[in-house]
Amino acid sequence: MFKSLTSQLQTMWTILQHTFTKAETVQYPEEMPYLAPRYRGRIVLTNDPDGDERCVACNLCAVACPVDCIALQQGVRDDGRWYPQFFRINFSRCIMCGMCEEACPTNAIQLTPDFEMCEYDRQSMVYEKEHLQIKGTGKYHDYNFYRVAGLAIAGKDKGEAQNESKPIDIKDLLQ
Amino acid sequence: MPIIQIDGQEHEVDTGQNILQACLSLGLDLPYFCWHPSMGSVGACRQCAVVQYQHAEDEHGRIVMACMTPVTEGALFSLTGDKAQRFREGIVEALMLNHPHDCPVCAEGGECHLQDMTVMVGHRDRKYRGKKNTHHNQYLGPLIHHEMNRCITCYRCTRYYNDYAGGTDLAAMAAHDHIYFGRHEEGVLESEFAGNLVEVCPTGVFTDKPLVHEYTRKWDLQSAPSICTSCAVGCNTSPGERYGKLKRIHNRFNADVNGYFLCDRGRFGANFVNSVNNLNYPGSRTEDGRFNALDQQQALLKMAEACDTNNIAGIGSPRASVEANYLLRTLVGADNFAPGFSDVEQPLVELALTIQQSSSAMIADIKNIESADAILILGEDVTNTAPRIALALRQSVRNKAYELAADLGLESWQDSAIRTLAQNQRSPLFIATVGDSRLDDVAEERFNLAPDDIARLGFAVAANIAGEANLGSDDELQQKAKNIAKALKNAKRPLIISGTSCGNSALMESAAQVTQALCNADKQPLPLLSMIVAEANSLGQAMLISDNAVSLSDLTARACAGALETLVVLENDLYRRGKEKDINELLENITNVIVIDGLDNRTLSASSLALPAANFAESEGTLVSMEGRAQRHYPVYLPNAQRRASWHWLLACLKQMGRDEVTEIECFDDITQACATQNSSLSGITTAAPNHQFRNIGVKIPRQTHRYSGRTAMRADISVHEPKQPVDKETPLAFSMEGLNRSQPGSLLPFVWAPGWNSNQSLHKFQSEVGGQLKLKGGTAGTRLLQATDNSNNIALFESPAAFKALKGQWQMVPRHKIYGSDELSVHSPAIAKLVRPAFVEINASDAKKLGVNDGDGVDLNDNKGDKLTTLEVSINDSIATGCVGYSVGFIATENLLAGESLVLSKAENWSPSESQQAVSSGVSDV
Amino acid sequence: MSELGTMVFGLVLILAAVGGAALVTWFERRLLGIWQDRYGPNRLGPFGVLQVAADMIKLLTKHDWVPPFSDKMVFIFAPTAIVVAMLLGFTVVPFGPDLYVIDLNIGLLFFLSMTSLAVYSVLLAGLASNNKYALLGGLRSAAQMVSYEVFMGLSLMGVVMLSGSFSLLDIVEAQRDQWFCIPQFLGLYVFLIAGVAESHRLPFDLPEAEHELTAGFHTEYGGMKFAMFMLGEYLGLILISCMIVTLFFGGWLGPWLPPLLWFCIKVFIVICFFILLRAAIPRPRYDQLMSLGWKYMLPLALFNLVVTAVIALAMQGQG
Repeated sequence: MFKSLTSQLQTMWTILQHTFTKAETVQYPEEMPYLAPRYRGRIVLTNDPDGDERCVACNLCAVACPVDCIALQQGVRDDGRWYPQFFRINFSRCIMCGMCEEACPTNAIQLTPDFEMCEYDRQSMVYEKEHLQIKGTGKYHDYNFYRVAGLAIAGKDKGEAQNESKPIDIKDLLQ
Repeated sequence: MPIIQIDGQEHEVDTGQNILQACLSLGLDLPYFCWHPSMGSVGACRQCAVVQYQHAEDEHGRIVMACMTPVTEGALFSLTGDKAQRFREGIVEALMLNHPHDCPVCAEGGECHLQDMTVMVGHRDRKYRGKKNTHHNQYLGPLIHHEMNRCITCYRCTRYYNDYAGGTDLAAMAAHDHIYFGRHEEGVLESEFAGNLVEVCPTGVFTDKPLVHEYTRKWDLQSAPSICTSCAVGCNTSPGERYGKLKRIHNRFNADVNGYFLCDRGRFGANFVNSVNNLNYPGSRTEDGRFNALDQQQALLKMAEACDTNNIAGIGSPRASVEANYLLRTLVGADNFAPGFSDVEQPLVELALTIQQSSSAMIADIKNIESADAILILGEDVTNTAPRIALALRQSVRNKAYELAADLGLESWQDSAIRTLAQNQRSPLFIATVGDSRLDDVAEERFNLAPDDIARLGFAVAANIAGEANLGSDDELQQKAKNIAKALKNAKRPLIISGTSCGNSALMESAAQVTQALCNADKQPLPLLSMIVAEANSLGQAMLISDNAVSLSDLTARACAGALETLVVLENDLYRRGKEKDINELLENITNVIVIDGLDNRTLSASSLALPAANFAESEGTLVSMEGRAQRHYPVYLPNAQRRASWHWLLACLKQMGRDEVTEIECFDDITQACATQNSSLSGITTAAPNHQFRNIGVKIPRQTHRYSGRTAMRADISVHEPKQPVDKETPLAFSMEGLNRSQPGSLLPFVWAPGWNSNQSLHKFQSEVGGQLKLKGGTAGTRLLQATDNSNNIALFESPAAFKALKGQWQMVPRHKIYGSDELSVHSPAIAKLVRPAFVEINASDAKKLGVNDGDGVDLNDNKGDKLTTLEVSINDSIATGCVGYSVGFIATENLLAGESLVLSKAENWSPSESQQAVSSGVSDV
Repeated sequence: MSELGTMVFGLVLILAAVGGAALVTWFERRLLGIWQDRYGPNRLGPFGVLQVAADMIKLLTKHDWVPPFSDKMVFIFAPTAIVVAMLLGFTVVPFGPDLYVIDLNIGLLFFLSMTSLAVYSVLLAGLASNNKYALLGGLRSAAQMVSYEVFMGLSLMGVVMLSGSFSLLDIVEAQRDQWFCIPQFLGLYVFLIAGVAESHRLPFDLPEAEHELTAGFHTEYGGMKFAMFMLGEYLGLILISCMIVTLFFGGWLGPWLPPLLWFCIKVFIVICFFILLRAAIPRPRYDQLMSLGWKYMLPLALFNLVVTAVIALAMQGQG
């Protein structure tokens, strides 16, 4: 009993000492906190270094999303590239966890340090592809998925991806 | 049963298995690629390596391939041994050397066996520094997408396509690490079963082309157990939906019916449900002939008002569910209910049912068919009328090979050895059809005769078996019959196949006669009989109606007499069921023509009130397949727009009218129950699947995978406020990811998935090895309504018809079915539509000479009054019997032709092939 | 005081008590903020003091909802009981030599009886809500009150013995030479703990215990009725502080400054102490609470009573 009493008195003394410490709180709108470049805020879709959209509609971001707030539909363009026919993020559900960015195999989906997305109407928090797509490459400047992957697209035939040899002519006996 | 030891644990396993099968049956995870339960083992991929020890003191052991090692009493194995694990990892690493870095843009991703196995063996880092081999892809037609770089050379594709499905145009080419799987040149894959490559290929070399162009990952698909509606076989399917659109059909395993495979019509033909020609809103015709859209309640009131008369008749449909037809029959009364067959077909389907009900032979399902070792086909072009049966027949002719293997003590899974052993020796298959067929390459003998002559051949065989050798003076026919009879008599399990497709009853009777003769010879196991009918619920429809049910022509007569005021047509395009002028006569003499259908057609356009019916993927229903198996399909997704299941419309109408018959009926199961109570032959349909109260260990069965994504964004463009998940009161399935998808009855298995097994190979987690047959743990789906009866002499003896003689100047019309084109709905699927060739008539060269026509010319078909029915393109085919003309059935250009009628042919002048040759009905209404 | 004066003072007292309670809610949040290294409500008005007004407006304009499954009469009555009981308790508190509503000769007993009445409020609220969390809260409250009331009264008997009166004026007067917190430090300790428990404030807020019981007895309450409970709780806090000051710290007694100011300063310090308790001490388990009450506090109070009695007798003998 005595021990617990002293322990509690000690606690009270410690708390009392905090009367003279500074508050940790940052007075947000007046005083802007430091946001690191990799801070996880509003999500964007980026372009590859050649200026074409990076997203290949593989659906991995959607499935990684813990609140299921990403929906998209794949399509195939005439040049053979996969692309999202629509790409929708419901930011009123988004928890900015960044799992979509980690899942993305093409570095298309990226989180930006912008987190100030307040709206009076929840419907305005639903972002479609045209709201998400930016012109730049975001944080990753050099990566172009189609230069690495084996899928042939217009302007890049079989055997022209990274680490690939020319296509085999199976009718040639000398190879 | 032998006991083997795996990693120190003793397990009892089935005799005759290999170690891989045994491990999978025990629920152990052992990676594999080339082995397939239907295709046996070849030991090609080296992935299923395990360590086998000689004896308990053996510390080193040796690596063996599990799929090539039979179980033996006391054998010692290790799956987890370091050596085996490193070996398996090395194999995957080697297989991945040339694999392109393209999983994100691969349609197999997420259900890829290669992905699963790579994770399972633990391979991660690529050490190889060299360059990857690459290949060009091939165009393989509108159904299959080819991406050769992803190949791991397991040989499953060629083993399936060539060895199993009998295809000839896919092969392994080139050598060593240049090996290439494809065609000798680009082109459409010829086999009708090529679609199975999508599921057989363990990686993304062969993928579903229509799906690739609007792709959805497996985890995002909402699925439900369903039944294929493109023919009467009743294959079990698992359709997948996303954003209100049907994305794809996958096979749903049923050990007794389709096993692991579907035909391409079933797999790719279901896309008609996404058609732009879908009827989405009810509509009624106004005075100016246009349609006005109504809401559901208005439409219902209109329907109830029109149905409140005694001068009413209903036309059901063999492609609608038993329940919808039953309700229509209740609405109009049994005496006013026509089943919806054509006048030619109706007695034939009834005959098919009578024969099967009274036969003492076993009515064959596909598993039985695969066990047959002598087959006689009378009149059916099986590949085109019941495609999945043709694939089964290709397996049954291999029973000779298994017999030889058994003599040598080879296990049945020793695929390569057995094929080498048997070479070209096959079990006898005799095909008697009106023209050539796709099974001719495995037939012992084929006979191309006129339908009546096929019947005579059948009767002669029956007489031969029964020992009454002298029947008529036709020596040639007698000799053929003697051969066939001998083969059938010597067989352990003979199979007779016939059906309604020739439009000839004598032919079916002869099949019954042959079967009966075989039964009288006291064969055990029982001989097999299979009667092929045309549509998904043809047999169920025959069971529903009484004898002497009204036919279409009866109704036309009544309508012309002014005795009909209201006609309700259920999911039936009448213009496919009779001559245009007859149908026009019927419809024009009736004030209220109410049509319930989903896809626009000419009957719908001629209606006064049109109600949009949900298709098979949007509704529940019971269908009775050709072997009399009642199976249930469940809605994959809720009907779009104002579409409702046909049974829903009819029940609501009956309720609106306050009819006594439906006071007790509250849900779908009640309809099934009422139907079963009132029709003794349909009494088994209630057990086709568990009712809506069924719960799997207390919870519903989810339609969505546990990884279903985008729930809070899918419809956020419409409203950010998410609605409650729809509640399914009619079935034990849930429109959500909540519930338990494990160990439930096979009829309620929406999709397969198991931890670590994302591909369709996860099926083995749902199977148990019972009696050497891989069956689903929860039992197979469906209930058989037909059982072999044990009263051998109650079947009527039929008379052989007279020999066929062509009438002078006339030709007999014999139907030629086409897998792509003859079916009403599947041609609305864009991929299938690309494969449909124009409507045609086939004629042999000598007859063509008489007519003075060549290949590609047009020919006018006139009835004997001289009225022109249609004009079709001529195709010379020497297999067509003289005096007969084959015509493409079910095409819009041939809707005016009846099977078996005799017509006058003449060369069409100034004819060009473009004229009215499209297969798809162009009837468009304004709704 | 004249009768009119008493009435006016009573009215002022009610307003002051209620206003004080409201202010304490704000003050508590600010103080907690300081001790937890943050700010607390600091936006509305100077130092955020208008937060009180904002809260009031919010509570007043909220939907006044009575759950359809509740016992409606009792449900509505329950929150008023606590406020009335607490306000009545204030009548006997002497704020200065002439500043009181009434000087009862059993003032102390009246105070004890009023705080005991407050338990009905909590109990009835829990019962009437027809909600399992509320019921559990009500049950806990009943058990807690019954247990702690016993030695709450006993702990004060020392004070009564030393002063020889139940009248609070007399008790204050008796402390002119020495505050009772010195001779009665055990009594003070026991009364302090019992007081916290009686006003069911942290760490003894088991009837509410939002981590286990949602919001305990007032789970179903909202709007003005909820505000009444809050008001009652803070009135209780002030009342207990007043009593502690009166009984142990010499009430209004003090040099130089006016008596009322002395009283207020003392009460303010005690309130700060109560808030410090909330900031520092975690909530005990229910069984710990019971064992503390019956196994330690009751014997301690009895011991204090006996020792005081002996000393008082001895001193009487001498005197």
